[in-house]
Amino acid sequence: MAYGEKVIDHYENPRNVGSFSKADLNIGTGMVGAPACGDVMKLQIKVNDQGIIEDAKFKTYGCGSAIASSSLLTEWVKGKTLEEAKLIKNTDIAAELDLPPVKIHCSVLAEDAIRTAIEDYQKKQQEQAGA
Amino acid sequence: MSELKMPIYFDYAATTPVDPRVAEKMMQYLTPMGVFGNPASKSHSFGWEAEAAVEEARGNVAALINADPKEIVWTSGATESNNLAIKGAAHFNERRGKHIITCKTEHKAVLDTCRQLEREGFEVTYLDPEPNGLIDLAKLKAAMREDTTVVSIMHVNNETGVIQDIAAIGEMCRANKTIFHVDAAQSAGKVPIDIEALKVDMMSFSAHKIYGPKGIGALYVRRKPRVRIEAQTHGGGHERGMRSGTLPTHQIVGMGEAFRIAKLEMNAENDRILMLRNRLYDGLKDIEEVYVNGDLEHRVAGILNISFNYVEGESLMMSLKGLAMSSGSACTSASLEPSYVLRALGRSDELAHSSLRLSMGRFSKVEEVDYAIERIRAAVEKLRELSPLWEMFQEGIDISKVEWVSH
Repeated sequence: MAYGEKVIDHYENPRNVGSFSKADLNIGTGMVGAPACGDVMKLQIKVNDQGIIEDAKFKTYGCGSAIASSSLLTEWVKGKTLEEAKLIKNTDIAAELDLPPVKIHCSVLAEDAIRTAIEDYQKKQQEQAGA
Repeated sequence: MSELKMPIYFDYAATTPVDPRVAEKMMQYLTPMGVFGNPASKSHSFGWEAEAAVEEARGNVAALINADPKEIVWTSGATESNNLAIKGAAHFNERRGKHIITCKTEHKAVLDTCRQLEREGFEVTYLDPEPNGLIDLAKLKAAMREDTTVVSIMHVNNETGVIQDIAAIGEMCRANKTIFHVDAAQSAGKVPIDIEALKVDMMSFSAHKIYGPKGIGALYVRRKPRVRIEAQTHGGGHERGMRSGTLPTHQIVGMGEAFRIAKLEMNAENDRILMLRNRLYDGLKDIEEVYVNGDLEHRVAGILNISFNYVEGESLMMSLKGLAMSSGSACTSASLEPSYVLRALGRSDELAHSSLRLSMGRFSKVEEVDYAIERIRAAVEKLRELSPLWEMFQEGIDISKVEWVSH
């Protein structure tokens, strides 16, 4: 599999690798994919009081394109509001990284990851408000 | 460490380079100054000389397995040999029965041939190997029927390197009057084969797995007791009618020379390659969550198939650009399915996705193995830092019990 330059760059120098404490109220966690399929992405966002994503971290098990997609996403979501982050499309990621057709599913997974992370954060906030 | 030429070749099970001694000899059978004649030309010396070269090569191929040269049929490679053997024997014996037995870990050249025969109305039993890759002989025996005409089992598996008990399977087939075909593409020149002592009826060979050229192979077809097959390629009646087509003299000479060298050097070469593989394995085995795929004892010297749990194979290979090798990861194939061989061994999809096949051979060096160890260790560590599965494992979470949101 021949990779584009941007995939290689993100793969070799992944941005924002790591984890936040899942239990914290200001953290949203999205874990998507399955080991059996060869891809698992964990994306976490740290949201401030103004509803802005001030930090993001990821860990990914998967091919180079999956790692690059999630690494790129952490860069993109930082500084965005939750509403803005929701607007990121898998096609944007695929275009930016120049993913070949067989790797489009990696960008789909990344989109799933950010949506799941936002939902997780919002659910926590609602539960907190309800309590 | 001396200067290493990058990338380093660790994919000898996929193909081998042609030994320079073989290439040198092949070059003498192409040009106007060389022996370029058609071996089937009976009316002049160009043909006679080419025929003599072909027969000398046939003798060298036969000698490696202790067969009679008359039992060797030239083909284009092991894939064609497998097709000719299985279809040829199945069709010839159609009236006696239409049942075939093979194993799920066979090469696609055998499995797809069997699938084709199924479409033609044959019935095929695909045996499950044991978790170590070996076939349970009791299960094979239980699968055998009166109408079983062909059993096809490979000698050495191309992904794991596991060696099957060909002698024992041969006895069972002979007792059942079943034709026994063996795909020996990965074993010739690496494991001693004495066809006289084995009850094998047909055996497939390839030149390019043992330092010969690509595009040439052979099929051993036993004469005593005689095995009859139906030709699959029709034409001028070459190779006693079993495989028509002008013989490619230079390819055949190359295969003959490769087999001749293999017979002379096999023992010493195997000792050296086994030393390299043991060195490689010793350098990796203390990494946490490492699994060898396939039996370590019943295994050809040159192949190590190993899974690094919680690390995906393709990304691992991306970190190891200096090493040319294969992975059982889905991402390396067009199908998006992980290795069917490792799955048949009962390995989980995760471990199949996490596997590397490193295969070594004649030109592999100690320094190359040491470099591979160092690079693989660093890459596994780096990717585990990136792996959410590794993090969960460290936290004591049983990943097989997690409910994954599949996509």
